[in-house]
Amino acid sequence: MSPTQQPDAVLSLRGISKTFGAVAALTDIELDVAPHQVVAVVGDNGAGKSTLVKILSGVHPPDSGTITFAGREVDIPNPAAAHKLGIATVFQDLALCENLNVIQNLFLGQEIRPLRLNDVAMETRSWELLRQLSAKIPSVRVPVAALSGGQRQTVAIARSLLGDPKIIILDEPTAALGVAQTAEVLNLVERLRENGLGVIMISHNMADVKAVADKVAVLRLGRNNGVFDVGDVSAEDIIAAITGATDNAVARRASRRQEGLPS
Amino acid sequence: MKDTVNSTTGGTTGGTVATDHQDERLQRREGLRGAFTDVVERARGGDLGVIPVVVGLIVIWSVLQILNPIFLSSQNLVNLTMESAAVGVIALGIVCVLLVGQIDLSVGSVSGLSGAVLAVLFVDQGLPVWVAISAAVIIGAAVGWVYAQLFNRFGVPSFVITLAGLLGFLGLQLYVLGTKGAINLPFDSGLVNFAQLAFVPAWLSYTLAVVAAGWLFASGYLHARERRKAGLSSKSTSALVVRSAALLVALLFMVWYLGQTRGVGWMFVFFVALVLVMHYLLSRTRWGRSVYAVGGNVEAARRAGINVRTIYTSVFVLCSSFAAVGGILAAARLAAANQSSGGGDVNLNAIAAAVIGGTSLFGGRGTAFGALLGIIVIQSISSGLTLLNLDSSIRFMVTGAVLLLAVVVDSVSRRSRTSHGRA
Repeated sequence: MSPTQQPDAVLSLRGISKTFGAVAALTDIELDVAPHQVVAVVGDNGAGKSTLVKILSGVHPPDSGTITFAGREVDIPNPAAAHKLGIATVFQDLALCENLNVIQNLFLGQEIRPLRLNDVAMETRSWELLRQLSAKIPSVRVPVAALSGGQRQTVAIARSLLGDPKIIILDEPTAALGVAQTAEVLNLVERLRENGLGVIMISHNMADVKAVADKVAVLRLGRNNGVFDVGDVSAEDIIAAITGATDNAVARRASRRQEGLPS
Repeated sequence: MKDTVNSTTGGTTGGTVATDHQDERLQRREGLRGAFTDVVERARGGDLGVIPVVVGLIVIWSVLQILNPIFLSSQNLVNLTMESAAVGVIALGIVCVLLVGQIDLSVGSVSGLSGAVLAVLFVDQGLPVWVAISAAVIIGAAVGWVYAQLFNRFGVPSFVITLAGLLGFLGLQLYVLGTKGAINLPFDSGLVNFAQLAFVPAWLSYTLAVVAAGWLFASGYLHARERRKAGLSSKSTSALVVRSAALLVALLFMVWYLGQTRGVGWMFVFFVALVLVMHYLLSRTRWGRSVYAVGGNVEAARRAGINVRTIYTSVFVLCSSFAAVGGILAAARLAAANQSSGGGDVNLNAIAAAVIGGTSLFGGRGTAFGALLGIIVIQSISSGLTLLNLDSSIRFMVTGAVLLLAVVVDSVSRRSRTSHGRA
């Protein structure tokens, strides 16, 4: 990875470190995200992915290091600050209220006209957002409980778009989804990129990463372990970077299988 | 998006489709038939709304009328409306706490305490009545505030906090009343007059009925027009007319029938007004939306930037304040505050009314109108069994059975909602 800041990056992290007690969760992390770019952050369990998301979304402040956003050095002390800057996060559990309908969920906490809710304006805006994502949600007046996993992910992403963010962080967006729904969410990620957002996608799934990401940043034991352009790297190389060796459990397993079944 | 639909009969004219009806998988339902089909579909999916309580009310009224022909007499129904106001107001508060998924078991004691405070300040101390009323309501609000602090800061379950309150405030009520044990309110005071003798004049009752129906139509029509302008589907004018006309006929009939004897009591009107205010707050404001959100998923509400603690505090304060107001109304109705005020079945009747009215014990579901319907059911049973000269032992058992039935309906419809994806 180049030590100098990528010129067109909207978000740049330099030397970010975070410790919890005696555990160094992140050490000297660097990350750049540009508009129209999907950066996948991959790593094994405990590599520090979640900590990184929490720092960017203002849940935990970093111990040291700088965050540059749109050319300015910024602090993100709390979630509201992240929201204000234009960094939106879609957490893995989505945080939707199942008893409320799609419109109510989209505008939760930021309703139009608090003392006499303007549901016409909110419904119109909801449809705009969903159309923008080419979302396949038949009706916005059904409770979220009636939606499929992919549709819920769509609602959660649409909600994060309400504040016109510049960066959107997706934490394991396809983790619990079926094949078709995963494809839907990946389309969604591409649409976010077309709309000019910088997307940080946390993922475990190499196929998804290869399918939509422009760059892959690998974390290993809380440190950067390489940033790759997706075009010039194989899934095996990424796995090697994740596990820290070419001789790893995944590679050994793959070669064992090849011996067993010569192609 | 910009194509507006200029039809008065709902979704579509010619080729333009309302923004919210563009998905080809949606079955289009328009006009009166569509509205009716929607209701049937929703009920099948377990989204029962007020259907169980209305059906229950019809059954209960029929049975009681057969057992005792006086039950549906104008005289008895006037009594019924007057009797339901006090506990109904308390039930309104219970609806709010149940919506956030909590419970207040101390509303009976708080209402008794509030009646005692009112009587002591007004009769023994000779203070003006408005001072006594304000003091009682403020004490109620303070009780709710203390509950909320205990709940927010120490995370004690509301069930336990309010159980302690149930006992504690019963004790305080007895202490406030002192050795006398009972204080009579003077019959010539405005408060007692309001609760016993003040009835809305016939012309005003009819006017209010017409205004209510007209207002329902006007607000529905304006809303539909706004939706059409924005290119969204809307209720057809004919459906709106039918709905308002039905309300008008029902209200006019009620006013006429109650008017055969004493008419509509001001205390009942006061209760209905509170229900309408709460309905507005719950369904049309950000606060109300937040209440439902907290009841549905606290963590999601917190992450959406809702101050969850403030919501809990507001709801507990509201519930205890309503309990205090209910206590004042009960004392005024009885023209006395005594040691048994707010005791006995007041607590459970209020909670039963809220649950029977369709408020879910699991949080996040229910309406203000549920309190109104629920208390009518509870009060009907109580009144009907009293007319049959059955004593309170039977009354308790029947009310208990109805409450159990309501909770079972709640649980079953919840399961059905889950399987129909409507939770």
